[in-house]
Amino acid sequence: MKTNGKVRRLGPVIAVLAALLVIAVFVSFLLGRYPISIGQAFGILADGLLNKLGLPGRVDVTWTGTQASLLLNHRLPRILLACLVGCCLSTAGAAYQGVFQNPMAAPDILGASSGAAFGAALAILLHLGSAMVVVMAFCGSMLTVLLVIYTGNHLRGKKAVGLILAGIMIGSLVSSGTSFIKLVADPENELPAITYWLMGSLNGTKPSDVLFALIPMVIGCVPLFLLRWRVNVLTMGDDECRTMGVNASRLRVTVILLATLITAASVSVSGTIGWIGLVIPHFSRRLVGNNYKKLMPVTMLFGALFLLLVDDVSRNLFTTEIPIGILTSVIGVPFFLYLISGEGDRL
Amino acid sequence: MSIRAEDIRFSYGDHDVLKGVSFEAQPGEFLSVLGPNGVGKSTLFRCLLGLLKPSAGRTLIDGRDTAQMSAAEMAHRIAYIPQSHAPVFNYTVEDMVLMGTTAGLGRFSSPGRAQRKLVGEVMEWLGIKDLADSGYQNISGGQRQMVLIARALAQQARILIMDEPSSSLDLGNRIRVMKTVKRLTGEGYTVIQSTHDPDQAFFYSDRILAMKDGQVLACGPAKDIVKDTIISELYGAEVEVYSLREDTVRVTLPAETHGHSKEE
Repeated sequence: MKTNGKVRRLGPVIAVLAALLVIAVFVSFLLGRYPISIGQAFGILADGLLNKLGLPGRVDVTWTGTQASLLLNHRLPRILLACLVGCCLSTAGAAYQGVFQNPMAAPDILGASSGAAFGAALAILLHLGSAMVVVMAFCGSMLTVLLVIYTGNHLRGKKAVGLILAGIMIGSLVSSGTSFIKLVADPENELPAITYWLMGSLNGTKPSDVLFALIPMVIGCVPLFLLRWRVNVLTMGDDECRTMGVNASRLRVTVILLATLITAASVSVSGTIGWIGLVIPHFSRRLVGNNYKKLMPVTMLFGALFLLLVDDVSRNLFTTEIPIGILTSVIGVPFFLYLISGEGDRL
Repeated sequence: MSIRAEDIRFSYGDHDVLKGVSFEAQPGEFLSVLGPNGVGKSTLFRCLLGLLKPSAGRTLIDGRDTAQMSAAEMAHRIAYIPQSHAPVFNYTVEDMVLMGTTAGLGRFSSPGRAQRKLVGEVMEWLGIKDLADSGYQNISGGQRQMVLIARALAQQARILIMDEPSSSLDLGNRIRVMKTVKRLTGEGYTVIQSTHDPDQAFFYSDRILAMKDGQVLACGPAKDIVKDTIISELYGAEVEVYSLREDTVRVTLPAETHGHSKEE
């Protein structure tokens, strides 16, 4: 019998993805123009860890200070952030798709990305420094989505449709604000900085960026993971959801706020990275089906793996780094076209 | 469980949809709600299910006012079986039925072995066990309706509200679904369905609630409702009701059919 609902076992899929992710992380430590061998990489990491634990000098030093600093202050945070951002954007995409019963929903559906772009552009224009760019992007993103939720709830008709409409309108309003900032920005230094930020990049990731993003990411991802079964019920529509004993509007707002939190945390440190929030959940649906109980963990791991690999390409393919946002589109669009042109399962 | 609606009123803006509807249904009873389109059947159901708050009146389940119950408490008592529909995402049949167990789970839990066992038994009982791994979007309308019934049973509610369960089905599936509903009332479930078909309502249900203009036109045993006078008034069209098979079947026909006349 044709089983298009997908009942593939979760365990093996998770095991394969987790193994690939671990391998990808270690390979990523070695990639880059400045060579570091496997032995050195393990040594630096072990030494760094033991130092943190107050046990210095237990490992024979086979590396230079430059190598250690490069690995611990540049490659490690960048690898971690790629995994975190990939995981969060994919999770948020899957969550929004469920909440809006819309397979085309992506993390920026409620204007999270436009808001972050506006905040970041404003911070660059006002020369507030790189730390404030992150903070302003985060605040811009959260404020925009809160405004969208407030407006959407006051529109007539179906709540989910109202929210999407409000998201389109306010997102476009905020984007014109960003365009205005670009217009008045100094074309010598501010404008290129804004443009580069908008393309999305993990270049120049600092350990502090990881820490800043980590807290909201954990606060958002853990409850989203725990609530994942209920998202299934929400996709049945508000009435059915309610008659099955789940308060639909409360669950929707909770999931939206959590998904927005992790989206805002991601875009504030990485800029706008498109497509991943749409493509990864769909690929995961192909792997294990639509049940969020299985879909969530697979989406999280797969998103982390995907963005890490794309970032490796982004920093190693050419001598000049390609912004990761451009790459995710170049890879994501054909990939998505392939997915939706596939036989059987409709979107 | 028994359900009792007392003088339920509801308006959308200044349009009064329900102007005081009262009725009662006992365990094991199959009640059909008949009436023309837009008469407020769906609104009545939405009030019973707690999806709409009536402007006046109340619903009692085993004597307890449903307005005082949480969504989960309601779900354990009364379940909604919509018309077979197509959700956006293609879930497996088993996942669809498992969703019915949600009200009994903790907020952060997913169904486990106990729920899967219950769902397995329910699907076995309804004869849809072999569909468990199929995609809900890939099965027929009749099978979907059975899955939605299974979901309501997995919810372990004893009162089932069915929205036109047979209207979009072909004859074979209609018979299978209605047979199942009769089995359910035999097990002591209270079933309330809306339908457009007086003959179907007569054949299967115990009592009929005839609704017109947001009010109860008549309510009583099926044989007292499916009659020329009431059905004609209910739908605003002259009809004649014929009796067949020792009055186990009644057939409603337009009053002046071409080439036929009532033989009496």
